[in-house]
This record gives sequence, C-alpha cells and structure tokens, in this order.
Amino acid sequence: MNIWKAFLFGTAVALLPATASFAAKTDLVLGIVLEPPHLDPTAGAAAAIDEIVYANIFEGLTRIGPKGDVLPALAESWTKSEDGKVYTFKLHKGVKFHDGTTFDADDVKFSLDRARGDTSTNAQKGLFAAIDTVESVDPLTVKVALKQPSGDFLYNMAWGDAVIVAPESADTNKDKPIGTGPFKLENWAKGSQIVIAKNPDYWGTPATLEKATFRIIPDPAAATAALLAGDVQAFPVFPSYETIAQFQADPRFKVVIGTTEGETVMGMNNKKPPFDNVKVRQAIAHAIDRKTVIDGTMFGFGTPIGSFFPPHHPAYLDLTAEAAYDPELAKKLLAEAGYADGFKTTLKLPPPTYARRGGEIIAAQLREIGIEAEIIPVEWAQWLDQVFKNKNYEMTIVSHTEPNDLNIFARDDYYFNYDSAPFKELIKQIDATSDGPKRIELYQQAQKLLAADEPAAFLFQLPKTGIWDAKIEGLWENGPIQANDLTAVKWAD
Amino acid sequence: MSRKFESLIGNRSFLIGTIITLIVALMAGLSFLWTPYSVSALDIVAKLKPPSISHWLGTDHFGRDILSMIMVGSRASIFVAFVSVAIGAGIGVPLGLWAAARGGIVDEMLMRFNDLIFAFPALLSAVMITAIFGPGAVNAIIAIGIFNIPVFARVARGAALALWVREFVLAARAIGKGEGRITLDHILPNLANILIIQGTIQFSLGILAEAGLSYVGLGAQPPMPSWGRMLFEAQTMISLAPHMALFPGLAIMVTVLGLNLLGDGLRDFLDPKLRYMR
Repeated sequence: MNIWKAFLFGTAVALLPATASFAAKTDLVLGIVLEPPHLDPTAGAAAAIDEIVYANIFEGLTRIGPKGDVLPALAESWTKSEDGKVYTFKLHKGVKFHDGTTFDADDVKFSLDRARGDTSTNAQKGLFAAIDTVESVDPLTVKVALKQPSGDFLYNMAWGDAVIVAPESADTNKDKPIGTGPFKLENWAKGSQIVIAKNPDYWGTPATLEKATFRIIPDPAAATAALLAGDVQAFPVFPSYETIAQFQADPRFKVVIGTTEGETVMGMNNKKPPFDNVKVRQAIAHAIDRKTVIDGTMFGFGTPIGSFFPPHHPAYLDLTAEAAYDPELAKKLLAEAGYADGFKTTLKLPPPTYARRGGEIIAAQLREIGIEAEIIPVEWAQWLDQVFKNKNYEMTIVSHTEPNDLNIFARDDYYFNYDSAPFKELIKQIDATSDGPKRIELYQQAQKLLAADEPAAFLFQLPKTGIWDAKIEGLWENGPIQANDLTAVKWAD
Repeated sequence: MSRKFESLIGNRSFLIGTIITLIVALMAGLSFLWTPYSVSALDIVAKLKPPSISHWLGTDHFGRDILSMIMVGSRASIFVAFVSVAIGAGIGVPLGLWAAARGGIVDEMLMRFNDLIFAFPALLSAVMITAIFGPGAVNAIIAIGIFNIPVFARVARGAALALWVREFVLAARAIGKGEGRITLDHILPNLANILIIQGTIQFSLGILAEAGLSYVGLGAQPPMPSWGRMLFEAQTMISLAPHMALFPGLAIMVTVLGLNLLGDGLRDFLDPKLRYMR
C-alpha cells in the first residue's frame, strides 16, 4: 500500500513540472521552405529574407498589418501637406537598435537616402522613386518631400525593402541584422535553421515568445513528416498541398487557408514569335482549364484569375470569363493567327510544385490545340539568369508574390517583354491618384486591358496554406506581404 | 548441343531471369501498340484512385493509369540501359583489347585514364553530367554510357591478357599474324562469353541508374513516363496513395532482379569453370 502511495505521489510530482512547462511554453519552431541568401531586406529581392526579418527584426516608418492595411510603426503619426507632396513623420521616442545605438530622424534620412542613392543595391528602388528630399527636422521629426503626389507612398514605406537601418550596422546587416524590432537574431546555422530571440529592450509591446526557430525544410514530404512528428509546430506556408486534407482531419492541427498576393501566371515572351501575336496569346489563355490546373496542382487550393489582380482586393474584377476554357475557340484563334497546325515551343519551369505540376498539366492541355510545349525544368538560379534576366525563354510559370505589383507589366525591361503604351499610361495615372473611387476605377481599367491583351496566361491566386498546432494563436491567416510576423504569436494555455 | 541446352533450361536462375526479362521486353514492345489508357491524357477527376477493375494498378495524381505508365515507362528504362551499355561496350572493349595487345606505355595510359573515370562514384558523376548539359534521356544515356566504358575496358583487357600468353595465340603469331588480326580472330571470340555476362550486369545497373537519375529529376522529362520519376512523384502522396509508389518500385525491383538472375544463369552456362568452382 505504501509502495503504491509512494508511486502515485512520485508520478504526480513527475507530472507537475511537465504540465507547468506546457502552460508556459514560449518557444516556437516554424518551418520554411526556402533559406534566405542573407538577412538584409534592403539588399535583396528574395521573399525568404522578409519571411524571417519583417516586423520581427526590422521595422520601417509604417508597416503592413495582417489584413493588408498600412499601420504606424517607427513613425507614431504623420501629416500630409495640402498638395499631397510633403509628409511629416513624428517618430517614436526611446527606440534603440539591437546594438544599443539610438534610433532618431538621422537614421531615417540615412536609410531612405541610402535606398534611393546611385550606389543602392535595393531590390525595389521603385518604391523610393517619388521621393525628392528627406530632411531631419529634429531627432523625432522627419520631413519627406515628394516629386509629385503619390497614392502609394505610405504603403511603399511599409515594405521590407524600406525598413530603417543604422549607419553603424547597415553594411553588416546581411550576416548580423541590427534592427529595432521585438526580436534579435540569435544564431543562423546555415542550411539548417535561423533562431531569433526576444529583444528585452523593445520600445513597443514586447513579444510573448522568448524564442522562435525557423527551420529550413525544402522537401514537401519532409515538411509533412516534421509537422506530424512535432519537430516543427507551425508551417505558415505549407508546401505539400496533397496532405492538407490529412491535417484538416486531425484535431491537433489548425489548417488556415488564406489569401496571398501571389498571382500565378504562365509568362510568355511577348517579343518572340509567335507570342508577339495577341491571337496566339489569347488562344493559349483559352486552351487552359484553370479548374483542372488548380485541382491537379494544388489539390483544389487556389482561386482562378483572369487578370493580374488579387481576388481579395476591393478593386478586383472577376475576368476569368475573358479567358474561359474553350479549346474550339482556342483552335480558331490559332488558325486566325496563322498557326492552324499549332507550333512547337518550350516551357521553362522553376522548382515549386505549382510550376512543375502545373506545367505538366498545361502542356497536356496545349497539346489538345496542337501546341507542343517541351518541358524544361530549371533551378531558381537558372530561372533568374535565363528567364528573368536574359529573357531567354518562350513560356514559363511563376507566382508573383509581391503586393501591389500590377505595374510590372508597365516595366520596359521586365521578362514578359510586354510593351503597351496605354497600359503604361494607366499605371502612371494610378501612381498619381490617391483618391479611392478614382483609383479603383483605374485599377479596373488596367485589369481589363491585361485580360484583353493576355501578355501572360493568368492562372490562379496562390493560397496561403498555413498549418500549425491548434494551441498557437496570433499567426497571420493571410499573406498581404511576405512576412511571418511573430509579434502577437503565443501559445494558448 | 542438346545437352547444353537442357542444362541451360535446367538452370533455375537462368529460366526465371529469362522469363522476367522477356515479360518486361514484351511489355515495352506492347506499349508501342497498345496501353490500357493513354499516358499523355490527364484526367484530374480520377486522380489517386486505388487499384480497381478499370485501373488494375490505380491512378496517379493526374488521374493517369499506373499500369499504362509502367508499360510506357519501361521503354525509357530499357532504351537508356541498352544504349548506355552499347556505348560502354562499343568504346570500352576496343580500348581494353588495344591496351592488352600493345602493352607498355599505351596500356599504362589507357588503364590509368580508366582508373580516373572509375574513381568517381558513377551515379554522382552522372548527376554532374546531366547538371551541366541539362536533364533529359539523351544526357542520361551519355552519362551512364561514359561510366560503362572503364568497366568493359577492364574486363576486356584482363581477359585478353590471359589469352595473349596461350598457345593458340603463339601459334597465330608464329604464322605471322599481326596484333590486330589476332585480336579479331582469336581474342575477341574467346571473350564473347564474359562480355555478354558483363553486359547483362551493366544493363541492370543501367536500369537502376536511369531510375535514380529520373528520381532526382535528371532523367527522361515529362510527359515521357519514367519509373524513377513516378517514384519521386509518389513520395509526397505516400500516405494518400501508397500504390503510386508501390508499383513503379516493384517494376524496378523485378526488372533488375530478372536481369541479375539472367546474368547469373548465363555465367554458369557460358563459363563452366566458374560453375565447378562454386
């Protein structure tokens, strides 16, 4: 009897700390697919950089919230001049960088001037194009004068590429990121994981998590296994669509299918025959059955699009009917373009599942109307070099995950090689318009123009397939910007 | 002759190996004329169906019939393995014979060059070659073929060296035959057995290598079905549709097993000395 009592008591004691540590859990392991090349968001286009540092390590004057709205960050408030050309930002007091140096207006001036300077290596220099001068009025006030009014200015300042860095650490941020955020970099084991820890001296609401680990898991099968085994407790962008149903049926996990800014398109080289013929491009758009592509590639997760605009945006127009699946019409258009017997072409596919699987399905659908597309799988480095930089391609599939990126079709040297004066004019007008209804009207015109011109075949909006432990709260449901904002994340008791 | 033939039939590994190899070859041949379903038409609605009457081995993630895919996929395997063995034997055997006939510096240089190729792990080097020249069935053939060269060169040289000191070669020399003549008339015919055996082994290794390259995405490209890529695609679906991995895996295993049994049986038959040594 005594032995039993002792045993039960022992068990109870052994269980106590276990339950206690459960309630107080303050660390989190997240899975990510791609390892960032470095950790300086002001010097690289890779989404993987922002997925670690945005809102966690680095902050800008403004920031994007979970719903895609512009919120104050390092600037606690701002005023706009009558003519819309001068913004005056009031900065937060008592903000310190992770290395102990003080944040003030000079850092803002330094960061913005550095980003738009001639020697800047910023991947999104266009964000700063509207800025004329940056002036530090006093340590807590910055005045930014624009060349012309810009409707996107506050939004642009919220991008990861526009974060504020310190002159002392700007050059070493790639390996030792020094920001003002609620987390600091603790350790980066290349090829394996990145650990960030809570910044005890944070100026704003401190994070609940003490530590967060980003574990790099490129293989979809391994991602499934890691989640099931509990090695990672959250996969904000889960790469294995086929196993999502399995997690949906499992009460231990929460599956959240949200929206992203990722328009997945099959880009065509608009200067290379036969893709210089709009009828050929329209024929291809009509030859693709988007529902089948989504079902076969994404296991049904994804929203078909008919133009280059995210369906959750207030200015979105559903133009999928413009490119409805109609092989007969596609054949007719091809014949009108002079390719009644079809033609041979190539389709270069980068590594993500949506491209590799989607490409196989689309190639099969194009075969139905006589187009033989040879599939050429390429790695990301090759894709960037051959397709994106040198435009040495005919067709390719990629998801454009930047927010507000309709203007890429107005860029002269972009990989689509699309050159449309009316579209460029529209984008110019949109840039200069900050008024709501007028802007929406212009956005819709631009969408219609793209849907008619089909510079690329618009396929579907990439979903944000988040899977995490059911006890985790505060992770973003949607992906209005490339980020894994951990500031509000905590374990439920 | 009939006794020989009987002993051949009586050799169980030869018999089983031949039957399996024939079935695979027939399946590949039949796939040119007929498959249960088309492998290029996708039917997403029917994806991931388990084996049934209409789809004996089930369907894959694009709704394609796995039996048809395996039938057509055998072409890629056999084609790649066959041509790479032909390349290896076609270049390796003459090199080996030349080295054996000449000896001295020629022998030394050829064999050291062979050692150089041999020193690299074959599959790793094949990955390197396809990574440089781009993925695809042709590059896979070249990659695997190159690494078959030293294998055949060594076997040919080793066996030829042993023949060069035999009496009948001495006799041929005595009547004034040149090195080339002797090699063609006396050495090569006596090497045929051992080369056929080596060819069978390399053939099965070629099938494995092709599957390996396709698995990492460097072999035959879609829409051409290939066993290795079928396995790769099955990987993430293993909990949903285990049949997608099971059947191509079995196809690779059974084919390689069949070829190995055939090679074993042939060796017993063609090289009686080895049989008695066992």
